[in-house]
Amino acid sequence: MEVLLQQLVNGLSLGSIYALVALGYTMVYGIIKLINFAHCDIYMIGAYLGYFCMTSLGLSFFPSLLIAMAGSMVLGVLIEKIAYKPLRNAARISLLITAIGMSLFLEYGTMFFVSPKVRTYPALSGFMTKSFHLGNVLITMQQIVILATTVVLMLALQYIVRYTRSGKAMRAVALDKDAAQLMGIDVDRTISITFAIGSALAGAAGVLVGVYYNTINPLMGATPGLKAFVAAVFGGIGLIPGAMLGGYFIGIVEVLVAGYGNSMYRDAVVFAILILILILKPAGLLGKNVGEKV
Amino acid sequence: MKNRKLLPLLLALLAAYAGVWAMMSTGVINDYSFAVIVTICINIILATSLNLVTGFTGQFSLGHAGFMSIGAYTCAIITKSNPTLPGFFLGVFAGAALAALVGILVGLPTLRLRGDYLAIATLGMSEIIRVIFLNLKITNGAAGLSFLPQFVDWNYLFFFTAATILLLRNFINSSPGRACISVREDEIAAESMGVNTTKYKVAAFSMGAFFAGVAGALYASYFYFIKPDLFNFNKSIDILVIVVLGGMGSLSGSVISAILLQLITAWLASFPEIRMVLYAAMLVAIMLFRPQGLLGSTEVGDLFARRFGRLGTRKSEREV
Repeated sequence: MEVLLQQLVNGLSLGSIYALVALGYTMVYGIIKLINFAHCDIYMIGAYLGYFCMTSLGLSFFPSLLIAMAGSMVLGVLIEKIAYKPLRNAARISLLITAIGMSLFLEYGTMFFVSPKVRTYPALSGFMTKSFHLGNVLITMQQIVILATTVVLMLALQYIVRYTRSGKAMRAVALDKDAAQLMGIDVDRTISITFAIGSALAGAAGVLVGVYYNTINPLMGATPGLKAFVAAVFGGIGLIPGAMLGGYFIGIVEVLVAGYGNSMYRDAVVFAILILILILKPAGLLGKNVGEKV
Repeated sequence: MKNRKLLPLLLALLAAYAGVWAMMSTGVINDYSFAVIVTICINIILATSLNLVTGFTGQFSLGHAGFMSIGAYTCAIITKSNPTLPGFFLGVFAGAALAALVGILVGLPTLRLRGDYLAIATLGMSEIIRVIFLNLKITNGAAGLSFLPQFVDWNYLFFFTAATILLLRNFINSSPGRACISVREDEIAAESMGVNTTKYKVAAFSMGAFFAGVAGALYASYFYFIKPDLFNFNKSIDILVIVVLGGMGSLSGSVISAILLQLITAWLASFPEIRMVLYAAMLVAIMLFRPQGLLGSTEVGDLFARRFGRLGTRKSEREV
């Protein structure tokens, strides 16, 4: 029982990171129907920004987190303006290939500028090193910070999407781009805002993963990116609560498979669950099946 | 496309065969450039077969590397225990058949899904195949299989590549091939015209898997060494890039872009630090300036025919 609880605590931390990345995937997909492959590299660059803030600038955790989020936000919007916007009316597959090209560009560009070597996040100091025992379950301060940061960011996101004008515009554009435009919504600006928010969340996830696992490298985004995308599909792509649910589910499943089964199979189990969900409920767990119009 | 276009295609294939053969016997092509040619041929097989699934039938697959790995491992295991020429052929066909079988098994449930959902399901499938190979004893886990007997020379390579191109071309021009294209154009309309869409989707999918298996077997039997990480998600993406760059629904486009991309990669090998950065930048630039790919959905033959006025109207370039 204690082992299970411990695994759940670990799963929640990992799931928080997946959920943050998945939110960016799901928001972008919801609004322009693009699987944004470059998203996982924004997460990687967020991790690097946080790393340089902590080492070169000697900042503590929270300022680094904020700077990394701001940097990722700018990068996300730039990518959208340069690479995706000119293809808004092209075939979707060309857009997808552009996203793949952008992803490779970021990965290998980072490798060129900061070298491909693995870097270690600086040791944390002060209150971040504390840990607690609840019975035999160990909860580290890092895990609490990860969970708390994620919850705060998700609440902020919910607030933006539900109660602000930009959020309303985002929902309208996701529902029907043309109609939204006719109602006077600036579609280009709304899409940029979506990329900005999604990228900031990914940057935050990057810093959190650096703090949690300590090591970062230029290709660190690929596998978590794929899993975060799976999480988004699992919950119902395009749906913000779906991405959160999917992220935590995938994180917990992965930790449980690694803990009780064979850790070599944990990726296979994640993908098998994905295929099952897709076959049984193609629109995802929270998604509604929409009938096809002829 | 009428049958009269078969002749130029055969001539082009023969010219390619004779050209490479002549360059090999005069020593213009060394071991390194021959490895480039092998990669080109394998990529041609992979790209044309994926084009059948994605370009012609309109089923967006991100799992082609998974089928390739099935062919590679089957051929490797067979030729390791039976390192003879019949063993090699058995390996190629067993690998391809196994890949096609897995293609049918995977395709039957997942091809009900549309668009991006299918892409994600095939992606998941190929990752599962990779993890299985990573954990099996017979495939030697992450270290992979090495010191495989090498059988592939230019003759066999050419035979399999040309056979793939010809078979796929004939399939697309046949009645089932037309049915596949109708599924791409409008699945509901095709269904209401009496086309069994599931049947043709699964047929195209398993045929694509078959040729991917052939390509994997050739790979294993030329490069001595295979490991699961060679067939990861990035490999599937590489193949898709070739297809989209050449033009979805254009076999000759896939052939040309497979050659072009490999030549670019070989040329970029002299700048190892920024090789991938340049490659990625080029990819984005090409997509920004020519989103429909090099040839769109036309074939090289059509371009010539149009030039000489045999084709009355220009085929409109479709979007998927």
